[in-house]
Amino acid sequence: MSNELTVHGHPGVAAPDIHYEDHEVHHHKETFITKYVFSQDHKMISKQFIITGMVWAILGGLMSVLFRLQLGYPDTAFPFLEDLLGKWAKGGKIQPEFYYALVTMHGTVLVFFVLTGGLSGTFANFLIPLQIGARDMASPFLNMLSYWFFWLASVVMVSSLFVETGPASGGWTSYPPLSALGDASQGSKAGMDLWIISMALFVVSSLLGGLNYISTILNMRTKGMSMTRMPLTIWAILFTAILGVLSFPVLLSGFILLLFDRHAGTSFYLSDIFIASTQKALPNEGGSAILFQHLFWFLGHPEVYIIILPAMGLVSEVMAVNTRKPIFGYMAMVGSLFAITILAFLVWAHHMFVTGLNPFLGSVFVLLTLLIAIPSAIKVFNWITTLWKGNIRFTPAMLFAIGFVSLFISGGLTGIFLGNSTLDIHLHDTYFVIAHFHIVMGVSAFFGMFCGVYHWFPKMYGRYMNNTMAYIHFWVTLVGAYLIFWPMHYEGLAGMPRRYLDYSGWASFNQFGELNRFISTVAMVVFAVQLMFVFNFFYSIFKGRRVTSQNPWGSTTLEWTAPIRPGHGNWPGEIPEVHRWAYDYGKDGRDFIMQTEPIGDHESKH
Amino acid sequence: MTTFIEATLTVSEQRKRIHPHKFTLWVGLGSIIMMFAAFTSAYIVKRQQPGWTTFEIPRTFWYSTLVILASSVSMQLAVRAFKDREMQRYRRLITLTALLGVLFITLQLLSFRQIWFTGVTMRGSGAGQFLYIIAGLHALHVLGGVIALLVLFFKAFSARMRSYNSVPIEVASTYWHFVDALWIYLFIFFLWIH
Repeated sequence: MSNELTVHGHPGVAAPDIHYEDHEVHHHKETFITKYVFSQDHKMISKQFIITGMVWAILGGLMSVLFRLQLGYPDTAFPFLEDLLGKWAKGGKIQPEFYYALVTMHGTVLVFFVLTGGLSGTFANFLIPLQIGARDMASPFLNMLSYWFFWLASVVMVSSLFVETGPASGGWTSYPPLSALGDASQGSKAGMDLWIISMALFVVSSLLGGLNYISTILNMRTKGMSMTRMPLTIWAILFTAILGVLSFPVLLSGFILLLFDRHAGTSFYLSDIFIASTQKALPNEGGSAILFQHLFWFLGHPEVYIIILPAMGLVSEVMAVNTRKPIFGYMAMVGSLFAITILAFLVWAHHMFVTGLNPFLGSVFVLLTLLIAIPSAIKVFNWITTLWKGNIRFTPAMLFAIGFVSLFISGGLTGIFLGNSTLDIHLHDTYFVIAHFHIVMGVSAFFGMFCGVYHWFPKMYGRYMNNTMAYIHFWVTLVGAYLIFWPMHYEGLAGMPRRYLDYSGWASFNQFGELNRFISTVAMVVFAVQLMFVFNFFYSIFKGRRVTSQNPWGSTTLEWTAPIRPGHGNWPGEIPEVHRWAYDYGKDGRDFIMQTEPIGDHESKH
Repeated sequence: MTTFIEATLTVSEQRKRIHPHKFTLWVGLGSIIMMFAAFTSAYIVKRQQPGWTTFEIPRTFWYSTLVILASSVSMQLAVRAFKDREMQRYRRLITLTALLGVLFITLQLLSFRQIWFTGVTMRGSGAGQFLYIIAGLHALHVLGGVIALLVLFFKAFSARMRSYNSVPIEVASTYWHFVDALWIYLFIFFLWIH
């Protein structure tokens, strides 16, 4: 491996680090609390985000294992489930209310707490100051608050799992009337309130984070770091933050109206519907459940780009480093990120094709939705042309980057099916949709995140992760992801609806019994491999092979000019100055030229 | 050509950049605008549906509008006083601004009371219910500004530290003018689309 080659590169790198910490001590003393708990250092905050995100990912993944167990073996009783879950799995079988709670929480946890909080929180915090050459964020204090609001949101969400009536169970989209009416279901009672409170806290956390990311990127770049010299990671994070800052407040508005419908008797979403459990009609009049869907999806659609854009950024950067080639079409990459950001706000109603939306309006949204294929295709083209004739180093991070492209293509193609309002009449609410979004934003974003973790782990902890475990992790996850979600396309095309806990009594779909069992088995194997990744992560923090050179991957960006374990402030002396873009690989016969190196007299243009 | 570009680059690098805290505030204002845009567009969508109810706009809203406009003026004077290092005047003016803010909130609550007594309660989903929520949240934002002013107020009276850094007061005043403008927008919105 090429990182072995550079091991003997810079024997004395650790020295300035120590010197720096001595230098820092006299103007701010660090206690355990200020260093590890209420830290204002962006690097520590990013570690807090990733570890919290991992805890959430295990919980959310475990939920999917539980409901996959139900879907794969609907007739079998598992006594251990009753020991574990009590009344929610009476007689060893998952109860219907709990099944809904599981899928709701699985969606909420993975979409928001793992792939938004965990992904953006980790890499925006870690990479922005290090890659643009800043000592810290524009406001380290707001940054700390952003984490602690995330933590509070997490505590409230976890506590909702333990209330007597169970957690929210109306789906991660929390559509009214299920979410607006306590009498509608078990999960619509206290669990739903806690869900809304937790999500409101989460929105605050995202906004505080996003504000900081944007103003840091636009205002705190080091000398010479013009916008077009920034690595693509930073561009992606910038657009992600803009999406979040503009769309999360809309979701908050929707939630506020929802709270008033629940507790103050207003009728924004509720109308005079008849409730089976109370045998009465509601006193509310004139509410529109569709209004909530508009407010929700105005966030909800940008949200999927909030999840995927950072992954795209990480993949682009890792791919350039590991092909030893400049990223193909840098400006096209930036332009397509920009186009996706704009289009993200103009397509929300494609989630609502079957709500009675005006068909003409529907066709406008079809057009805008299909337009997203263009910037997405540009990005895919550029990744493939970056790989083309590259001097590829198959590090675990690189494998995950390539895996990301594969998954993004597979999942993106089915998006073209679903973006058509006429096809959507047949495909909506089927397993086809499940398969589509799990591949294109779920697993893809996870691949982007893994790619980032494997690549920047040496910078985060000064040690490498174990490669053997990483390769096993990659292959099992890639093959497993396709084995889980590919068959779901067939089930969906056959019309098998989502959100049912037992298909065996359904003549049209009981042919899929074996297939469901197969999917469940693979899901459990893949989950186990993720636990191995978590083990690898924590084991490597303490026991991993030490990083001995400042720039182990031979990368051009600024974070690799900082000491191996940077202190608070990142660079011991002056912040480095930038003289070139981030992608000078394989130029003028040199393997790579760092951004800090001035342009030579006889240098060719890139 | 290249020298020209390099020259402009150095100039643009030397130009005094906006303070990051101020910039953060501007982005934050963008997100507050999105929140109220969501509310007012929900209002417009809802208005076209059956069962829409309206209410009489009480006169107190005009008074509160005058109060918040006056508070913006006193805020601006406070910033000028701070920059002129007239700390006495500055303290008086931010106290005045904060009091006007509290008065504004009180007047809003009084207006809510008047509307409430005409029979527009939380039941239903007409203009009244939207007003309670939208103007109520706006009042909360004003309250946030009052708290920020209180912090500045105690800083100004602290004998331990004397700070002539104008960034905090400038950030507070931008925010204050913003909530003022936001109320004007909301008020016109309610008057117009009624």
